[in-house]
Amino acid sequence: MTVVQDDLVRTVPAAGPLPELTLPPLSDTRLDGGLRVVAVRRAGVPLVELRLRVPFAGHGAAHLARATLLADALFSGTADHDNVALAATVQRMGGSMSARADADRLAVGGSVLAAELPGFLDVLGEVLTGAAYPGDQVDGERDRLVQRLAVARSQPGVRAAEALSRQLYGDHPYGRELPEVDDVAAVAAADLRALHAERVAPEGAVLVLVGDLDPDEVLGGVASALGAWRGAAAGAALDPPPVPQPGPVLVVDRPGSVQTTIRMGGPAPRRHDPDHAALKLGNLVFGGYFSSRLVANIRERRGYTYSPHSGIDHAAAASTLTVAADVATEVTAPALLETTYELGRVATLPVEPQELEAARRYAVGTLALSTATQAGLASTLAALVADGLDATYLVDHPRALQTVTVDDVRAAARRWLAPRALQTVLVGDAAAIRDEVATLADVAPA
Amino acid sequence: MALSPARPRPRQIARTTLANGLRVVLAPDPSAPVVGVAVYYDVGIRSEPEGRTGFAHLFEHLMFQGSANVGKTEHFTHVQSAGGTLNGSTHLDYTNYYEILPSGALELALFLEADRMRSVRLTQENLENQVAVVQEEIRVNVLNRPYGGFPWILLPGVLFDTFPNAHNGYGDFTDLEAATLDDARDFFDRYYAPANAVLSVAGDLDVDATLAMVERHFGDIPERAVTPPPSFAEPPLTAQRRAVHHDRLAPQPALAVGWRLPDPLGRLDDFLPYVLLAEVLTDGDASRLERRLVQRDHLVSEVEAGIGVMGSAIDARDPTPLIVETRHPAGTTTDAVLAALDDELARLAGGDLEPDELERVQARLASRSLRANDSVMGRAQLHAVLEQQRGRAELADELPVLLGAVTPDQVVAAAGTLTPDERAVLELVPDGGDGSAGRADAVTREARA
Repeated sequence: MTVVQDDLVRTVPAAGPLPELTLPPLSDTRLDGGLRVVAVRRAGVPLVELRLRVPFAGHGAAHLARATLLADALFSGTADHDNVALAATVQRMGGSMSARADADRLAVGGSVLAAELPGFLDVLGEVLTGAAYPGDQVDGERDRLVQRLAVARSQPGVRAAEALSRQLYGDHPYGRELPEVDDVAAVAAADLRALHAERVAPEGAVLVLVGDLDPDEVLGGVASALGAWRGAAAGAALDPPPVPQPGPVLVVDRPGSVQTTIRMGGPAPRRHDPDHAALKLGNLVFGGYFSSRLVANIRERRGYTYSPHSGIDHAAAASTLTVAADVATEVTAPALLETTYELGRVATLPVEPQELEAARRYAVGTLALSTATQAGLASTLAALVADGLDATYLVDHPRALQTVTVDDVRAAARRWLAPRALQTVLVGDAAAIRDEVATLADVAPA
Repeated sequence: MALSPARPRPRQIARTTLANGLRVVLAPDPSAPVVGVAVYYDVGIRSEPEGRTGFAHLFEHLMFQGSANVGKTEHFTHVQSAGGTLNGSTHLDYTNYYEILPSGALELALFLEADRMRSVRLTQENLENQVAVVQEEIRVNVLNRPYGGFPWILLPGVLFDTFPNAHNGYGDFTDLEAATLDDARDFFDRYYAPANAVLSVAGDLDVDATLAMVERHFGDIPERAVTPPPSFAEPPLTAQRRAVHHDRLAPQPALAVGWRLPDPLGRLDDFLPYVLLAEVLTDGDASRLERRLVQRDHLVSEVEAGIGVMGSAIDARDPTPLIVETRHPAGTTTDAVLAALDDELARLAGGDLEPDELERVQARLASRSLRANDSVMGRAQLHAVLEQQRGRAELADELPVLLGAVTPDQVVAAAGTLTPDERAVLELVPDGGDGSAGRADAVTREARA
């Protein structure tokens, strides 16, 4: 132990209490067409953040390709304005607006100077009711999407995510991370128009507005800008995927790779599951933040990796735990061993009380931090509201976190963080790693 | 009619300098019960010695390895268990350390920053450990992925000639492995003195109470002599330079073009039009290069213009470049992209810039500035770098106004300086090149035209 010189000894000050999160003024209403609008006043800067979430789930590879291209082409023109005019209009308001699609939703997001919100909503309404998907624009977006897919798949992290999702969820829509190039190439502008007409509808959709606005007065503007947006939800919510059955370690060969991209995944409790709060804290202790066992072991003690991390993602029909570490090729097996050891340790032994307290305070504190800016609050709320929750989660969840005990964590960890509950995927140089990994587990090519 | 962007209400800024030279900037804002604390040391990649590429960044890692009263990783534990988040980063001209926490934990944050400024604990074991960690960081961010380090590591070697500006700031592995504990101690003594730092706090704080806490925790750190950073200026380019980088992991070609800009500190009025020009070129689907290179000519799939090697316009000293970057399909040649780019720049330089075009980007820049202002961390960091490099944290509120006052003529004049003769062009070719597997020193300078 290093002896500290007398004149350098100091007492670490206490951290002080965590702030109580209070709900800001908000309105939560459903418009005639079925759109749910959550509007929150969070002044601070004269901006408004916008998040729109439209249910968009579908089955099969063709649907994913169409949904992805639709999001890219959503702003490519309407009857009255081409893509340049739409972009210029939004930019002139100091705004930005973009769209993306995932397995559950079409998401539109952006921000604008508060004084320009009415015009901004008009642009959104024009696009939602009248996106035209002009053929030449769609051709260009299709080409660019194909190129971006090639670039994405040249990244080991993307290949690992694809292999893991496919192994966990198979033919369920959650089993596809990205569309296939051939499927995208086959999408025609007419397909996008049909998909839009069928699925871009307000029923079941949610709009979140956060910023320098009045939560009640803003509704009139929303109703007038989006009032013409009508339609019943033609799609159905996804069924939950079958529970994944872990198998051998899958190796995706990437000859010459200087690192192995390790991903381990499995089911996680839903937000409403009784284990949710306990596993959130157990996962933090295991690997969910820098002060975790995983970081202390494979980064700070052994130098195997730069940013190991374990996180929980909540999609509409399933929640997934993913452990990630990118390690030097030559330490692949040792890193797997240590990761498995840390999983086993948290799954079979009680955590230390101070570890639990540190994780608890971090979870409560960072939830509050995530709502301290307009953008953070908008994104946090949009995720909650899209999953059928509301702003009271921001108060209820910290209360639940406060009641979690060491025994609760142990029970949750035994169920969800057990090494045998997780599927492992490795993207790396198979010739260099296969035999050593096989000393720890069964190995199969992906 | 010029759009008048909404101006943030001017924030109160309180400042002082301690006897040991530490500069302090405080910006109170009670609207959320959080505080952002940032310490900026006036040393970055440009100051690391030859033979020690990557040292400033490695040292940043070492600053998290404990100090007299804080164990290894305990800086993280203290902040995170207080309900906060934290990080640090290394840039060309500064290294910063920052945390955002509930306001009740402000004194804890000040203590932790002061403890490492006073007594960072440098050990051989931690040095070796963090060299290994940094090597994995370089592998995951650069070596094991396509386009790794393109263009931020690779273009400077083409655009600049002196070691400070041209070298790889992440570091060569041999240099990292050669770093010694004595190097670290010397670096700390030379660059981490209180007088070489700015402490910036923003958020839910009381000015008088905070000043007292700052004095209590930082006041007894001994003064050390500090040498002001030297000028890293280089003579302007007199001819175009072209280079090729081979990337066997990349599926399609890419291009980076860089021009040197006027001194951002000494010639701010001449510099700011370039900030707007970059946005006119590529901000959004209605921008010049999006419309020409992406939508009309189908030459490229992506194009992005920006100021600075590390993506920020206003946090580096001279020399600072404007960089245009493209990704394009294999069928597009570099010369075709350059020809289209030059054509658009020439049109702008000839006066073809609509007032509306400039006002749109001014509106966007104003709202982006507001968005950054909404975060106590964003404010604390911006105040720190502006105070450190310019002595004026107030520029955080003034810059959007200055940008809003730039005229079309100024942007037109700026476009006129971006000529083919004064730029560096780096082409990324998606293949293995001459068969070399490693990419640590991969720029092959082809010709200086």
